[in-house]
Amino acid sequence: MEQNTAAVIRLESVHKTYHLGEVQVHALRGVTLQIRSGEFVAIMGASGSGKSTLMNILGCLDRPTKGHYWLDDADISHMSKNELARIRNRKLGFVFQQFNLLSRTSALENVELPTIYAGIPPAERHKRAREALERVGLGDRAEHHPSQLSGGQQQRVAIARALVNHPQIVLADEPTGNLDSRTSVEIMDILQRLNEEEGLTVVIVTHEPDIARYAMRAIEFRDGKIRRDQEIEERQIAREVLPTLPSLEDADAEEAEEESKVAPGESPAKAPA
Amino acid sequence: MDFVNTFRLALLALARNKLRSALTMLGIIIGVGAVIATVSIGQGAEYLVQQGIQSMGTNAVFIAAGSNRPGGLRMGSWAIKTLTMDDVQAILREVPMIREAAPAVMGRAQVVYQNQNWSTSILGTTPNYFEIRSWPAQSGVAFSQEEVDLAENVCVLGTTVANFLFANENPVGKIIRIGTLPFRVDGVLESKGQSVMGDDQDDRIFAPYTTVQKKIAGITWIQFINASAVSPEASQAAVQPITALLRERHRIHPGEDDDFFVRTQSEVADLAGQTSRVMTLLLGSVASVSLLVGGIGIMNIMLVSVTERTREIGVRMAVGATEQDVQSQFLIEAVTLSMVGGSIGIMVGLVGSSVINKFLAWPTLISPKAMLIAAMFSVAVGIFFGFYPARKAAQLDPIEALRYE
Repeated sequence: MEQNTAAVIRLESVHKTYHLGEVQVHALRGVTLQIRSGEFVAIMGASGSGKSTLMNILGCLDRPTKGHYWLDDADISHMSKNELARIRNRKLGFVFQQFNLLSRTSALENVELPTIYAGIPPAERHKRAREALERVGLGDRAEHHPSQLSGGQQQRVAIARALVNHPQIVLADEPTGNLDSRTSVEIMDILQRLNEEEGLTVVIVTHEPDIARYAMRAIEFRDGKIRRDQEIEERQIAREVLPTLPSLEDADAEEAEEESKVAPGESPAKAPA
Repeated sequence: MDFVNTFRLALLALARNKLRSALTMLGIIIGVGAVIATVSIGQGAEYLVQQGIQSMGTNAVFIAAGSNRPGGLRMGSWAIKTLTMDDVQAILREVPMIREAAPAVMGRAQVVYQNQNWSTSILGTTPNYFEIRSWPAQSGVAFSQEEVDLAENVCVLGTTVANFLFANENPVGKIIRIGTLPFRVDGVLESKGQSVMGDDQDDRIFAPYTTVQKKIAGITWIQFINASAVSPEASQAAVQPITALLRERHRIHPGEDDDFFVRTQSEVADLAGQTSRVMTLLLGSVASVSLLVGGIGIMNIMLVSVTERTREIGVRMAVGATEQDVQSQFLIEAVTLSMVGGSIGIMVGLVGSSVINKFLAWPTLISPKAMLIAAMFSVAVGIFFGFYPARKAAQLDPIEALRYE
């Protein structure tokens, strides 16, 4: 199959079993899956469906109990912790629902974090981190601390951090879960651009069908198995959606920024319906 | 991850919680400061003792009547009658390592001058005693050999005695009464201060040994011999021939105990040095207990810090930090705490010992060795007590760490 050659992620009957005391929890029950380089995939499912477990395995934070996972033709299933750390560092970029920026650390330093573990010299680190921040449109906020940024800006810093080591794949776990609808579309816009313009493979986990429609392909999980895997028929393009959204956010932007200073973790609450 | 960077990260992390870092360091500061201050006090004491030993004279060899072997019934040196002036002359004649030797006969008496009186000890000897002990007169002269031969009533005063008897007068040439006899004061010695044993060496009157033997103590023997050897090595080498000579002269059969003992200055110095070193060690170890307590404080705070920063650890692991990276980060934080604390502690110790020096008039000696040891010890404390929290951080599961609230 020609797909095989281009597949950057290959899972073959992956099982994951957790032992909670005496109880065995089968989080994944034989998942076989291929994601080609340059794809934009949304993984969907209710909580407990196994999508987070899959994400942890895709992200090399966890290893399958059974089955195989090839990332870029390297079998992850039997790698040591240090090797996994190296792969996370070089090949993957993470975006989290809670942004997970280090507080009291500037945006630039946050973005630099993966380059430190890659052993890149300081001058090069600064350069790369600035570039990454510019790619997400935050070149002018480099010295700001997370508490001085809005939720959307914090998530963009997190994306910059995911990009700084030039990974092949960006894994985003509910990247818009803590954001209002317009900011969510802005984040999807950034991810779509990275996917299109730079050929970056993007995998997002979401439970919102609206967000999934910005992907090319949706994989739905239920009870630890793939229930449906299909192309998105009417794909949304964030760039086109944005102008149609009411831009009341512009007026609220400053207010939101104030709010985020008070409660950095919470960030601007979801926009009123 | 390179060391400079890890170190910078550690400083940043510590700077985020300034008060907490300062309080944590306080334990180490106090510990190191206390070690340095107490060791400097101990070494000051050692210096005092060495000074005291210097005052015994140069290359001194000391022979006393009596046994120095414990056990059984022993007679005190006062009761042994075998040591005589002939022994002194025999030693001078037959032991080539000995340059000078002077006898000592002790007596005790009430001394009176006009309306002042004082009870003190009288040491009967020969003029070379003052040379052996390098103890010159500050005014007047010591008595002469001729006066010794004639057993005349002349004496030399220690400064304590002189001060008690003669408030403002010059004692030289005055007549004082020792016991019931009148004595002419020939001179006053310079002050020598306390001996190693802590008694006042200036509270004494010196007179010809013949006079003390016949007129004060009423004995024919002597109690001590103060000798000086030709060199420091010779003083130790002289012990054996002196012992052999005296055993022969005293007709002590093989197997019988000596009725005298011989001590050299270096032996006394060793003994006294040992005592003050034990004191230094004791002080130092008490102080290092507080260093230990400081270390436990570091461990406590590092454990709190690891828990607080669980999410940060998760993020670092997600973006590629290995276990070693996380471990060294926390270890370096702990070592930085203890190192900065140790450096401040050294300064505190220096200030403390100079305060003690100034206000308690106690000589303190700062040894670079103690400073180095304290600094290394504080780093060791940081590594030892930082290891467990760092290990704990490194072994966190990144998935759970990321989910930690």
